[in-house]
Amino acid sequence: MTLIAERPALAGHPEEEHGPTGILKWITSTDHKVIGKSYMITSLAFFCLAGIFAVLMRTQLASPDNTIVSQHTYNELFTMHGSLMLYLFAGPFAFGGLANFFVPLQIGAPDMAFPRLNALSYWLYLFGGTTMVLGFFTVGGAADFGWVAYAPLSDAVNSPGAGPDMWIVALILTGFSAIFTGVNIITTVFYLRAPGLTMFRMPIFTWNMMVTGLLILIAFPVLTAAVVMLWCDRHLGTHIYSVSGGGVPVLWQNLFWFFGHPEVYILALPYFGMVTEVLPVFSRKPVFGYRGMVFATISIAALSTSVWAHHMFTTGVVLLPFFSLMSYLIAVPTGLKFFNWIGTMWRGSLKFDTPMLFAVGFLIVFLFGGVTGIFLASPPIDFATHDTYFVVAHFHEVLFGSAVFGGFAGFYYWYPKMFGRMLRESLGKASFWFMFVGFWVTFMPQYLLGLHGMPRRIAEYSASTGWTTLNRISTVGAYLLFVAVAIMLVNVYVSWRRPIQASANPWDGHTLEWATSSPPPHHNFYRLPPIRSERPVWDYNHPEHTVHKYEEERRARRQGEPVPAGAVAGATERGAGEER
Amino acid sequence: MKHESYLMLALAVFGFVIALIYWATGLPRQYIGTTGGGTVMLAAFGLLGLVPGSYYLWWSRRMTRRAEDDPDATPASAAGSVVGVFPSSSIWPFTFGAAALLVALSLVFGFWTATLGFTLAISALIGVIVESRRGGSH
Repeated sequence: MTLIAERPALAGHPEEEHGPTGILKWITSTDHKVIGKSYMITSLAFFCLAGIFAVLMRTQLASPDNTIVSQHTYNELFTMHGSLMLYLFAGPFAFGGLANFFVPLQIGAPDMAFPRLNALSYWLYLFGGTTMVLGFFTVGGAADFGWVAYAPLSDAVNSPGAGPDMWIVALILTGFSAIFTGVNIITTVFYLRAPGLTMFRMPIFTWNMMVTGLLILIAFPVLTAAVVMLWCDRHLGTHIYSVSGGGVPVLWQNLFWFFGHPEVYILALPYFGMVTEVLPVFSRKPVFGYRGMVFATISIAALSTSVWAHHMFTTGVVLLPFFSLMSYLIAVPTGLKFFNWIGTMWRGSLKFDTPMLFAVGFLIVFLFGGVTGIFLASPPIDFATHDTYFVVAHFHEVLFGSAVFGGFAGFYYWYPKMFGRMLRESLGKASFWFMFVGFWVTFMPQYLLGLHGMPRRIAEYSASTGWTTLNRISTVGAYLLFVAVAIMLVNVYVSWRRPIQASANPWDGHTLEWATSSPPPHHNFYRLPPIRSERPVWDYNHPEHTVHKYEEERRARRQGEPVPAGAVAGATERGAGEER
Repeated sequence: MKHESYLMLALAVFGFVIALIYWATGLPRQYIGTTGGGTVMLAAFGLLGLVPGSYYLWWSRRMTRRAEDDPDATPASAAGSVVGVFPSSSIWPFTFGAAALLVALSLVFGFWTATLGFTLAISALIGVIVESRRGGSH
């Protein structure tokens, strides 16, 4: 939708921007920054709603034979908690919100490649998401078959009513939204990079978002096709997933998880990228093993397409050795990433500001989630723990670890750039500690509950099972998490009412988004620094500590030669920035 | 453009190889609805890399090196090249999104919402084409 016309890519001046204001601006804007912020606010609203569902469920489970919500309501709650968190928060917050805002900035582009398509993505996402939530107001209530909608539970007999259909419609709309965003990100990265910004100088966040875009294109069409077939089964009398007409229920699981497992990495890779942006800045070092990071991202993405049936080990109709082996393999590039993250921090001058705290919190939480993931990749262990709270604890460590710890690291890191004002450090740190402690208090007992045999998705249990104490502890943890998110919202409110102005580069950042003002002007840049490494802004601000120089020193030290002093690569001298 | 095409082609190779391995491992035990479907999806993943990847490769050999692929390029070396026009506001994405919602809701509430939806969608398409021809507002 982008026209080719005689107009240089010069950044406009702020006073040139005389478009609509207020709500009309929100509705008509095709600026990637406005759309990115809209995405972020909408997805955080869905996150808070889904968080309230989680607190309700934990309250229900705090005592045996509790009756705060009915069985049916409980089913709706866990279905919508999963659906909102996975389809409407974790993905869109990353590839709709932060990526939309920061990918063009990080590669020095004036906007996304297809601005109108970008706006359409947002509207499809908002309308689809709202449709899903409005299912609560239908006669039969919202969808209640779990976020995985297994056949035959999701057919017209077991789940009648408009609520499940609205869930299907929501997935179709948000699925297209995600596909359009994926196309947009890939095209932007391939065609709108600044001069000198080769593929292997792109920030890791941009790399990860591009690979995420590819994964979206692999995974989401399968989901859309699968839910359309589900709708046909429900309304047109086809028997694709029903045994009675010669269909195959397990086909749904294959299609769903062929989407679902790449989806897990669609949710994780962007947050890996955010953490990889935060760690080097707050360690004041370049990313350790840049090419290794890129390679790991690509191989995680590729491998994630061929591990889907490890969610289906207990169906008895999948190739156990194949999927088990592939699931183990995926631990290798993930381990490589961990090694590089630690290598980035190693001997750096660490500053523990809020983004860094969240990034380190991510490392610890995600490590536990990853290790228990390796347990679960082994079929014998999976047979014993499948559909127990062990699995619940595992995937919450993985997804909460990445989407919330990683996501909040990115949010605190980039908030000054997005809104031109700082968040309060004290509130940020309080929020982190509540979240970190609350997280372990919530999910460690769930591992134990799983090992004691407590199944997932049950609304009640009897006191004779002996699960009461652990469930209570877990519920207390959930309240702590609730407090942590509330503190973050207070922090945003405080920064909105009593702003502390943010400078263009408050964290001494490395990548191009810190070369422009906070918030960036219309079409992003007045001038760009020369790009000679993957951290141009650092090179420009610290000509004495460029990456080339750093590598030279390291080589000299390794070979026992005297460390060269003061040698500065000519291209990165201060003041070499040119008008663009 | 080379790195982009290599990336796509590498994914294509992976997709085809893994589809072959999966198909071969599944030969002794053909689970209905499992092995066949998985092989097709993995092969489609290979195609997803192959089609754009080979196009980029074909194209990268016929174009002069772009400034963004040149490690020594300066901002000045892109001077004169046109990146494109980026509209800053347009009502049509919102309209088309609303139209898509109405069309999709016909899956739940019956055909009448689709009538409204298609009307709105056609007007949005006309609107966006006219706007693009005029050059958009920016």
